[in-house]
Amino acid sequence: MPDNVIKLIQITIMLALLIPIAAMLVWVERRLIGIWQDRLGPNRVGPFGVLQSFADLLKILGKEDWVPPFADKLVFVLAPVIGAVCVLMSFAVLPFSPDILIADLNIGLLFFLAMASLAVYSVVLAGWASNSKYALLGGMRAAAQTVSYEVFMGLSLMGVVLLAGSFNLTEIVLAQQHGWFIQSQFVGFVVFFIAGIAESHRLPFDLPEAETELTAGFHTEYSGLKFALFFLGEYLGVTLISCMSVVLFFGGWLMPEPLDNWLPPFMWFVLKVSFFVVFFILLRTALPRPRFDQLLGFGWKVMLPLALLNLLVTALLSLLEVL
Amino acid sequence: MWSQLRTIWLVLKHTFTKADTVEYPEKKPYLAPRYRGRIVLTREPDGQERCVACNLCAVACPVDCIALQQTIDDDGRKRAEFFRINFSRCILCGFCEEACPTYAIQLTPDVELAEYDRQNLVYEKEHLLIDGVGKYPDYSFYQHSGIAIAKKGKGQGAKEKPPVDVKGLMP
Repeated sequence: MPDNVIKLIQITIMLALLIPIAAMLVWVERRLIGIWQDRLGPNRVGPFGVLQSFADLLKILGKEDWVPPFADKLVFVLAPVIGAVCVLMSFAVLPFSPDILIADLNIGLLFFLAMASLAVYSVVLAGWASNSKYALLGGMRAAAQTVSYEVFMGLSLMGVVLLAGSFNLTEIVLAQQHGWFIQSQFVGFVVFFIAGIAESHRLPFDLPEAETELTAGFHTEYSGLKFALFFLGEYLGVTLISCMSVVLFFGGWLMPEPLDNWLPPFMWFVLKVSFFVVFFILLRTALPRPRFDQLLGFGWKVMLPLALLNLLVTALLSLLEVL
Repeated sequence: MWSQLRTIWLVLKHTFTKADTVEYPEKKPYLAPRYRGRIVLTREPDGQERCVACNLCAVACPVDCIALQQTIDDDGRKRAEFFRINFSRCILCGFCEEACPTYAIQLTPDVELAEYDRQNLVYEKEHLLIDGVGKYPDYSFYQHSGIAIAKKGKGQGAKEKPPVDVKGLMP
């Protein structure tokens, strides 16, 4: 078979796996939050409620595909598509295991950062095209938040690039054979993870949505399938940030010597990613949402200097050949 | 920052706490015997209706969900010609039970009052009347009140005293 056909099949399989995973995450999240709040969560549809997302999907497909008369129609429809597509694109450069990889880009990391930046347009355009006050406020917040957090998200990863000597994600993973980057780049990981939460608009940094103040923020006017696309984007974003944390700081599919033969590399990768997804959900359950000025102040006054300092120290140490 | 980490840890510890949820339709919570649920009309120990249709319950009702009409039988007993409670309005406050001078109207620990059609929540007298005595097994209004009915004159009831001549001067 020609290479292109194989790639197409791989992409199809990837999409067929990722989208149900994002849907299942809704159920996983609700069950886990239930457990942590001493409740049960959805447990009625199917065994343990696993079919809850399927039921929700049926309901959401049955809804009227409605565009408010005061909205900018083209942009209104386009915005959720941009969001979902940008997140899905990033999965193309992720190395799930030595053999499972769609695009072996030599600037994979930059591609991921670029797609994360493009995803802002989804939220900003949704807020603008909705032509309503809540949506506009949500869109504005999203713009300010994402632009601020993008700055040091990139900077926090430069330490990793410095140590691995490459932007290629496969090579970054292979550079961790003698110790994961979390050992030397702990600060970088913390900064990246916090920026990742802000980037995917998850609690505690979900100010663009902020149900308690802005109804639903940028997607106030959305319903039905378009709303589902926003949700898909959000949950894929959670998966993506977890995957990136694993690839960049926790050795991707690699495991230390005695453990690496117990499971295939792909399973180790999935296990590590699940850990971070659960941690994402734990953060959502545990932490309250900060005020907007606190969020930006925290970003510019704490996280940015920290990321710069981390980069500086890493550069110095690798120049002195300590690391 | 310490506060946030502590919060995360405390929430994580709840993984091992038992859920407080009672899975309702399968497991029903215990309701005390005097729980205020569906309203019933009780009967006297001998099987007669207790309600004398005095309208006190309808007056006490804060949402005006009780409607009734009094009628007097040939034997002198008063009873309700019709008695209607609109449960779609009823707030189960229990004021009617407190107002009732004959212990006729009582609230029961049945809270499952769901219907698809609102009209089905309007209960008529035949729906409200039960065959039992409810919470006061021995009580019979006409044995206490000194009202004459057939086969029982004034003051002849089990718990009554003979009438007093209010105009007499004797102690």
